[in-house]
Amino acid sequence: MNAPNSFRAQPDERGHFGDYGGRYVAETLMPLILDLDREYRAAKSDPAFQAQFEDLLEHYVGRPSPLYYAERLTHALRENAPDGMGPEIWFKRDELNHTGAHKINNCIGQILLAIRMGKTRIIAETGAGQHGVATATVCARFGLPCVIYMGAKDVERQQPNVFRMKLLGAEVRAVTSGANTLKDAMNEAMRDWVANVHDTFYIIGTAAGPHPYPEMVRDFQSVIGREAREQMLSRTGRLPDLLVAAIGGGSNAIGLFHPFLDDADVRMLGVEAAGEGLGKKHAASLAGGSPGVLHGNKTYLLQDEDGQIAEAHSISAGLDYPGIGPEHAWLKDIGRVEYTSVTDDEALDAFQFLCRTEGIIPALEPSHAIAAVARKAREMRRDQVILANLCGRGDKDIFTVAHALGVAI
Amino acid sequence: MSRLSQAFAKEHPALVCFVTAGDGDTSAVLDALVAGGADVIELGMPFTDPMADGPAIQAANIRSLAAGTTTADILGIARDFRDRHPDVPLVLMGYANPMLRRGAEWFAAAVREAGVDGVICVDVPPEEDDALGPALRSAGIDPIRLATPTTDAARLPEVLNGASGFVYYVSVAGITGLQQAAQGSIDAAVARLKAATDLPIAVGFGVRTPEQAGAIARVSDGVVVGSAIVELVARHGADAAIHVRTYVQGLAAAVRAARKGIA
Repeated sequence: MNAPNSFRAQPDERGHFGDYGGRYVAETLMPLILDLDREYRAAKSDPAFQAQFEDLLEHYVGRPSPLYYAERLTHALRENAPDGMGPEIWFKRDELNHTGAHKINNCIGQILLAIRMGKTRIIAETGAGQHGVATATVCARFGLPCVIYMGAKDVERQQPNVFRMKLLGAEVRAVTSGANTLKDAMNEAMRDWVANVHDTFYIIGTAAGPHPYPEMVRDFQSVIGREAREQMLSRTGRLPDLLVAAIGGGSNAIGLFHPFLDDADVRMLGVEAAGEGLGKKHAASLAGGSPGVLHGNKTYLLQDEDGQIAEAHSISAGLDYPGIGPEHAWLKDIGRVEYTSVTDDEALDAFQFLCRTEGIIPALEPSHAIAAVARKAREMRRDQVILANLCGRGDKDIFTVAHALGVAI
Repeated sequence: MSRLSQAFAKEHPALVCFVTAGDGDTSAVLDALVAGGADVIELGMPFTDPMADGPAIQAANIRSLAAGTTTADILGIARDFRDRHPDVPLVLMGYANPMLRRGAEWFAAAVREAGVDGVICVDVPPEEDDALGPALRSAGIDPIRLATPTTDAARLPEVLNGASGFVYYVSVAGITGLQQAAQGSIDAAVARLKAATDLPIAVGFGVRTPEQAGAIARVSDGVVVGSAIVELVARHGADAAIHVRTYVQGLAAAVRAARKGIA
């Protein structure tokens, strides 16, 4: 395929990334989606909106997040690499953000848009609870009522985050329809939205859903890549050779990748969750899925031959989703980004490895990225640089990890 | 004249009845709908993620899929219905992913072969018509469009452009089966639609009683009833047909009486 002039010019005005994306929603939502698109265009070119967004990112979220050279990890990986191999490993420290993950970047942007549109009620879906906590946080900050939909199974296994959301004033509704997990929470949020279009804004947590969400979430999260690019240039005078990020829906990955897409010498690796293995239960929709339509967009989905959606599985609740953002589907097809997958066990090993080499407890989501970094480190030279996105911290996951390691706490 | 046009050209407004394919003994329930007086049948294609549906139809989707219903089974149910009822129009209603899984052309050809007259795809709005509309039209299947309380005057022409068969007015901004719209808002909306198109207007969402159906039938060309029928199937399982028939008879009587005495 011929390379386009720019990889950063997607989507088209109808929200299509190549063949993916679009606006596959019920008619009731369509006028609202069009309205949202208009408002987002206006906000995007409004310096006052951008100034408010940047001010909150700096003083409320704590940006810019550091760019960190992981020296001990680099050396540890070199010990297991062939001679001359083992690149420098750098981290974008988005786990140091307020609320402990990259999710807050997007929530700040969307709540400012909700206020601009005169909406008075916020809804959101959440899997692990990170996006729910980030949404509840910005709702508390701006004094808007907030309903978080969460699969009943996830409510059970993520009690600390459920309590956090309640402390922040959110109402958490346990979803008992379907399979009681993230995709069902998203269905339920869309049902709420369709019944309350007049006053409600839906803060979608990942770079997926009907246009303009994938573009909008990407734009809000691109602060990660813009900062990282600048920081890397000023610290080392060069760009990284490889970017690595974990992918559920793909918001932290697209946020890191997008500002680098036209840097021809920067390769990129997105890491899906292979769960128990690609031949068993997993959440790798690019590796094990096929194109289809769900939750407002066309993208790769885990589905059967009749188009029924399959259940995803990952030890990381944040990656436990049977779809992926449409821009990743496009980037995969055109070959600009390489995608791989990492199992639950590999992620658990990487989680512990990072704890001990760097004194950083990562979330299970970026633990997938770290496992892929360790793999790549054996094939890349010492004078090369890998930049990985540490998109969340692991405090929320210590119970899951303890359970997986057979430790009672 | 198509089967759908004939159904809406009758002297009385059309009663449109919905049931989820593969939930219970669907063929028996379909026969009961016809015997009870349904003029148009809407056959729901079950989907794992029915985002526009309320609890009753969600549960029906799950029951059907849990019983192993496949796309081939749904097409078989349609084909058998067409054999038994050559003149009753049959519309498939569902979501994009199962319809597009093997390609829009495959789906359009398969439903045509099964004797289906129209398709309602909840999550393909006019903006994404390319995904399904052209394939249906070239196979001679009516793509039936939805209009809602949020479809404003500026947008309505886009909804009607490419619509055929009838227009389904979703009277509530919400999901299926829960609330019913105020009759006044339905009257106004149908008048607005009728001023913009010659297509028949059928009104649905939240319609349960013969009284409601009768009131809507006074102003519209058709009344759609779904969740209430699906609930009867849920409650009575394999014995649902007789209950469905009795219930539909009540609706049909009200719909047929609606315009008597109106010039």
